Amino acid sequence: MVEARRFPIGEPILEVKNISLRFGGVRAITDTSFNVFRHEIRAIIGPNGAGKSSLLNCINGIYKPQEGTIALNGEVLDKISPNIVARKGLSRTFQNLALFKRMSVLDNILVGRKLHMSANFLSVALRLPEAVREERENRAKCEEIVEFLEISHIRDTPVGRLPYGLQKKVELGRALATEADILLLDEPMAGMNVEEKRDMCRFILKVNDEFGTTMVLIEHDMGVVMDISDNVVVLDYGKVIGDGPPDEVRADRAVIDAYLGVAHD
Amino acid sequence: MNTNVVFMGYTRSDLTNLVVVLALALLVIPLTVESDYWYASILIPWLCLALAAVGQQIVMGYAGQLALGAAGFMAAGAFACFNLILRVPYMPFPVALALSGLIAAAFGVLFGLPSLRVRGIYLMVATLASQFFIVWMIDKFGWFKNYDTSGIITAQDIVIFGKTFTTPLEMYLVVVVVVAVLTIFAVNMTRGSTGRSWMAVRDMDIAAESMGISLLRTKLQAFAISAFFCGVAGALFAFTYLKSLEPVAFDIKLSFKILFMVILGGLGTISGAFIGAAFILLFPVVLNSLGNNVFHGAIDATIISAAEQVVFGVLIIVFMIYEPLGMAKLWENVKQRFNFKRAPTAALSKTQAT
Ligand SMILES: Nc1ncnc2c1ncn2[C@@H]1O[C@H](COP(=O)(O)OP(=O)(O)O)[C@@H](O)[C@H]1O
Ligand SMILES: [Mg+2]
Repeated sequence: MVEARRFPIGEPILEVKNISLRFGGVRAITDTSFNVFRHEIRAIIGPNGAGKSSLLNCINGIYKPQEGTIALNGEVLDKISPNIVARKGLSRTFQNLALFKRMSVLDNILVGRKLHMSANFLSVALRLPEAVREERENRAKCEEIVEFLEISHIRDTPVGRLPYGLQKKVELGRALATEADILLLDEPMAGMNVEEKRDMCRFILKVNDEFGTTMVLIEHDMGVVMDISDNVVVLDYGKVIGDGPPDEVRADRAVIDAYLGVAHD
Repeated sequence: MNTNVVFMGYTRSDLTNLVVVLALALLVIPLTVESDYWYASILIPWLCLALAAVGQQIVMGYAGQLALGAAGFMAAGAFACFNLILRVPYMPFPVALALSGLIAAAFGVLFGLPSLRVRGIYLMVATLASQFFIVWMIDKFGWFKNYDTSGIITAQDIVIFGKTFTTPLEMYLVVVVVVAVLTIFAVNMTRGSTGRSWMAVRDMDIAAESMGISLLRTKLQAFAISAFFCGVAGALFAFTYLKSLEPVAFDIKLSFKILFMVILGGLGTISGAFIGAAFILLFPVVLNSLGNNVFHGAIDATIISAAEQVVFGVLIIVFMIYEPLGMAKLWENVKQRFNFKRAPTAALSKTQAT
């Protein structure tokens, strides 16, 4: 990433301000603030239970934080649900695979095209020309994604039958299909071997480079984080204890004590 | 895969299947089957109940909502059709049929509302309300039955473009055409974006929502369309099979029957609805004729009907445990064994290595 970027890092696209989230007595997130900048790759790191997944769930409207605000593209997301956030240009993957198990790989990815398909059920039932055309065009788009992710050979297999690593890829594909401005990826490389991780990094970098998609990813592998991220947020016990470029964060005392000192793997 | 698409998004084999089925239904059967018994007692009820099972399939097999109460929506459709023809002058039968479906669909939305809060067995109990409420309402308010006191109301004649359809064969043709058209619609929906949204909600609702699918809209849509199919099926059932309108015909037993058709036929396949309906309808017939012809009545009829219940119960448990995709899947497996075009999972190899 030394050469000039096609999409230079810009103004904040996502602003998290003073978020607090409690589950009964458990404080999952406490007074957390940070910005994600347009076109960047942002890593979120922190020990297990630090509140990383909960944070993504707040951003995408699955959890409702008790305090604080989240703004996307300058607009505060208020009283929102995941499908409304999706309409505003945000998509995601999940830590524990959330695929449509009985549907084929291609159909899973096609669901990601939902917001690009506007034919109503009547025109689908009657196969009116616009529904047929829309289906054909979006199928072609998904075939491209399947090819890009190098999973063409399994495109008609029900995802429930696939090994873990491939399912992770399909989930990325589904998120890419949305063509969202910003993608939240919750441990996209968990449980993968070195080779698979390298592929995944390649896909993430390529999408960021080609389409300028902003990426927020939770990752435990520090090598990966140092390699691909522009900025890193460090969470510990639901609080931000570090926020900046990877080299700076790595040198930070508090971060070393809290996290890197007991680094995973 | 896309290269085989030849017409309106259908593949060559889709079109072949369609032509074969239609030729069978509209030419071969009418030309070869002469016995009225076959039309009136087997083909007509089979097609009507299969259509209701398609409705049940949409809400349960595709959208994953464990709803029970198809017979309630059938009752709504049947009595709507009766009243429309009775009260609206010059009401053509096809229009009455479509409107009956729409009225049932409105009930579908209403009784689908609990699906926004509860799921599984709780939803099943909640949707049973439709069954009891609709049948109760028809019984309670004389208007729906045109203040008839005899208990049985004769269905009006089916008149389409001035022609009255009376013989079993004629009625069969009416049913076939309606069922064929609606089944094609159902297949189109389940294969298109509409069906994908249903299945996404079924398989992982939180992910579906994160992709921009509104759970509220998608679930209620599935309930509405399901009830539409059941409503039309109910009207056809009353007008071509029962030839009368009585709320008791649409009791909870019928709802369970339709549920079992879908489970035995296979969840999430349209063909499963037809296979399941055939099985549930024909099995007692076969058992009875076995009793009469093989054992010459030596076995008591009550024992036969008890045996029937036991076999159904066992089959449902076996299918739920070993083949949740039902008989349609078994049939698929048999076909695959005999024409080894391709094994869909064979491609799954190299990335598994480590
Ligand atoms: N739905 C939930 N209900 C109750 N507690 C939860 C829930 N989700 C997360 N938590 C709690 O919040 C804390 C943060 O969890 P999580 O966000 O999953 O951490 P991370 O992703 O960083 O490992 C943990 O203590 C976890 O038990
Ligand atoms: Mg997590």
